[in-house]
Amino acid sequence: MTATTCRDAPVLKERGQREVFCGLTGIIWLHRKIQDAFFLVVGSRTCAHLLQSAAGVMIFAEPRFATAILEEKDLAGMADAHAELDREVARLLARRPDIRMLFLVGSCPSEVIKLDLHRAAERLSGVHGPNVRVLNYSGSGIETTFTQGEDACLAAMVPVLPRTEAAQFLLVGALPDVVEDQALDLLAQIGVGPVRVLPARRGADLPAVGPGTKFALAQPFLGDTHAALVGRGAEPIAAPFPFGAEGTTLWLKAVAAAFGIGADVVDRVTAAPRARAEAAIARVSETLRGKSVFFLPDSQLELPLARFLTRECGMQAVEIGTPHLHAQIMGPELDLIAAGPTISEGQDVDKQLDRVRAARPDLTVCGLGLANPLEAEGLTTKWAIELVFTPVHFYEQASDLAGLFARPLRRQALLAPHRRAAE
Amino acid sequence: MKLTVWTYEGPPHVGAMRVATGMSGLHLVLHAPQGDTYADLLFTMIERRNHRPPVSYTTFQARDLGADTASLFRTSARDAYDRFQPQALLVAASCTAELIQDDPGGLAETMGLPVPVVALDLPSYQRKENFGCDEAFLQLARALAKPVERTARVSCNILGPTALGFRHRDDVAEITALLEEMGIDVNVTAPMGSTPADLARLGAAHFNVLLYPETAESAARWLEREFRQPWTKTIPIGARATRAFIDEVRTLSGSRAPVDDSRLRQPWWAASVDSTYLTGKRVFVFGDGTHAMAAAKVARDEMGFEVCGLGCYNREMARPLRALAREFGLEALITDDYLEVESAIAALQPELILGTQMERHIGKRLGIPCAVISAPVHVQDFPARHSPQMGFEGANVLFDTWVHPLVMGLEEHLLTMFRDDFEFHDAAGPSHHGGHAPKPIAPATAPLSPAASFLPEVAPTTVAQGTAPAQAAEAAVAPPALSPDSILWHPDAERELKKIPFFVRGKARRNTEKFAAERGLTAIALETLYDAKAHYAR
Repeated sequence: MTATTCRDAPVLKERGQREVFCGLTGIIWLHRKIQDAFFLVVGSRTCAHLLQSAAGVMIFAEPRFATAILEEKDLAGMADAHAELDREVARLLARRPDIRMLFLVGSCPSEVIKLDLHRAAERLSGVHGPNVRVLNYSGSGIETTFTQGEDACLAAMVPVLPRTEAAQFLLVGALPDVVEDQALDLLAQIGVGPVRVLPARRGADLPAVGPGTKFALAQPFLGDTHAALVGRGAEPIAAPFPFGAEGTTLWLKAVAAAFGIGADVVDRVTAAPRARAEAAIARVSETLRGKSVFFLPDSQLELPLARFLTRECGMQAVEIGTPHLHAQIMGPELDLIAAGPTISEGQDVDKQLDRVRAARPDLTVCGLGLANPLEAEGLTTKWAIELVFTPVHFYEQASDLAGLFARPLRRQALLAPHRRAAE
Repeated sequence: MKLTVWTYEGPPHVGAMRVATGMSGLHLVLHAPQGDTYADLLFTMIERRNHRPPVSYTTFQARDLGADTASLFRTSARDAYDRFQPQALLVAASCTAELIQDDPGGLAETMGLPVPVVALDLPSYQRKENFGCDEAFLQLARALAKPVERTARVSCNILGPTALGFRHRDDVAEITALLEEMGIDVNVTAPMGSTPADLARLGAAHFNVLLYPETAESAARWLEREFRQPWTKTIPIGARATRAFIDEVRTLSGSRAPVDDSRLRQPWWAASVDSTYLTGKRVFVFGDGTHAMAAAKVARDEMGFEVCGLGCYNREMARPLRALAREFGLEALITDDYLEVESAIAALQPELILGTQMERHIGKRLGIPCAVISAPVHVQDFPARHSPQMGFEGANVLFDTWVHPLVMGLEEHLLTMFRDDFEFHDAAGPSHHGGHAPKPIAPATAPLSPAASFLPEVAPTTVAQGTAPAQAAEAAVAPPALSPDSILWHPDAERELKKIPFFVRGKARRNTEKFAAERGLTAIALETLYDAKAHYAR
């Protein structure tokens, strides 16, 4: 079987200029997901500028994140950075008494000057606890790429989770509330339970973890969280990710099997939503069938999405780039992707764009900095960030996921004849 | 450390990127980690540029720090030169690279590249985006401009436009056409629209037109010293300033060519009786120093508004802006903390805000209309149509865009007369703005409550318990105290206040409370409201 899939395909490892966000970007969705948490980036003006730019539009309401901008005097040692941080945190918490969990988020500058935010978090937990728990993680661009920020955040929560021996299932990864509810409903119908979720919607409502815990990732980029949970004695369930009808079914079956529930139960429970998803995907796929797709590295969703597009939507993958390839977590995905596409890890953006131009794929999945320039070269693109900001998991969103890829192609078909006439 | 949610300016290397991206034939090698590439999307998404910014990021990682980030820089610079073959190379460090002190300028110098290498020193922990623009352009001019003969015909350079500038594209088109009409050639427009080779012949111009002091004043001063080129001090925003600019250009150039001003409609639009309702509308002005000062003058002298607040976020412009504010009888607000700006606006309750995209958000929160006059701006402020701020067409654009957010004159009257009509009431918003379904009229409130608590549509940031919990929970910091908590409103006064249309209600409330506080009153009765109205009548 391995000969016909990508499981043992050679990986093109590249090292050069990257065109990706840093891990701070995860704050954009995490601060909405965990409703009593606040994210305080300790960084530079660049970090603050990134957060307001990456959000596309500034979120109108006051967000539950901010940047403590390092100034000259902090760097020159004229001010004790820890004393400054304590002061800013005290001000912040006085203004926001509703906050129960505060994340001190490290950045490139704070890492380079070796500002010890772990020590700061322990100290501040002592000052502001038990009302407020203070944790830290790094979202710096010298250590994390885009979605790895969520991984670092969740991994930072694992050591403080209460311990339990009880048998339970832990669903891991920040999902939109509507998707999470659907997943919990499906798991309940299948008979998996009790189910807890990391991250919980309220940071104060932390799930417990221990040897009786079995967990499955809902997001493919959570390698460090995976390792940290294993370190707490929890048992991972390997599965493809719940994208598309097939991915969702395989994910549910793997979870069910871990709880001694047969595939027949999953088939019975999921028959109706699965049929609905398959029919909807088939309709949307009319636009996608036979088209080629090229993934530039962005969110680590690339491999599961390529599997969905090639197996359920009839697309052909040319190259599947990922910022980081976690062999163990991605194994079940690689097993499903037919051999053929180049699998690349890391990036040297100019060389990769040369490959895009040579292949002239029907659709290029890339970051916001590259999309319009490629469109101007006549290549149709899909902004990758929308794949992270849109509900796309499980059955009911499967056709929406296909639709995200179909829309640029449909739009191109609508406008292209007129654009040519006008030019 | 300084706690910040939103920033008016990016870091200085983003300013250098704005200069480089506006030019062609130039490449910037930025010593920076991968995350700094976010800045590309400012240009490709917000400004919809169809090319990547000409910037290579060295993309150093944590594991490189102990090893050799310097050779990573050299490799990037070499690759960038080989691939893009620029006429000149700009090198700089972002905030993180500044800390590791690799000296990109020194490294690049020793590489023996066959083109000029211009090194920038951008102190990321002290300065900001506008400084980055100004410094990058100055260093490029110093490195590249050569002594050349003056052009035979009278000519000027246009200095200041950059990528991502607020309406720079359209201002340049407008001013270029105006200069052409005056018989003056444009030698070089820079940085946006120029190449390094163009910068070499900056000295051929007879004088310089400086459109944006924020991004090019240092270069204008250097060119004055180096090539004895005088530069224009008037920023042609508004009808009066455009005429003054024409006079200044005539003085510098000797041009006597007549200028056709028949397309200037703004003065008549402002004078026509339909605009009477604009008289004395209280306006809060905030932006970069240049645009804020220009807008304040236009607001007062050409629109008949009352400027009730004036400020800027770039400290470099503090001195002239303070002087102008004094002339207006105001205390200038110089801050880059938008929460301070929000407090000032909430306290002043203007009827219109002229600001940046930050003030647009503030206006939305406070229920005050806002027109954008200055960077930072968002994608909707890069329109497809020609929409300058400068010159005669710019003056027309200012009239249209400033008046658009307001409720129109007759509608104002009708809302005041028939305020409880179920379809035509003030909560429905101005009738020429789409997208507002008439909202139900707010229910009556509990008697004798603090004033701030019953006007959620005017004061959504109130912290009063139980009034707007969603918004209160969203506030990262306590919003400004809108009224002294000690002053209470009697139910009849409160009901009467609600009958005042929303676009003046905030002002009425503020005036009444101020009036009451000055008289030591602790409660506001119906009489107090009308006493205050009479007191403030004008």
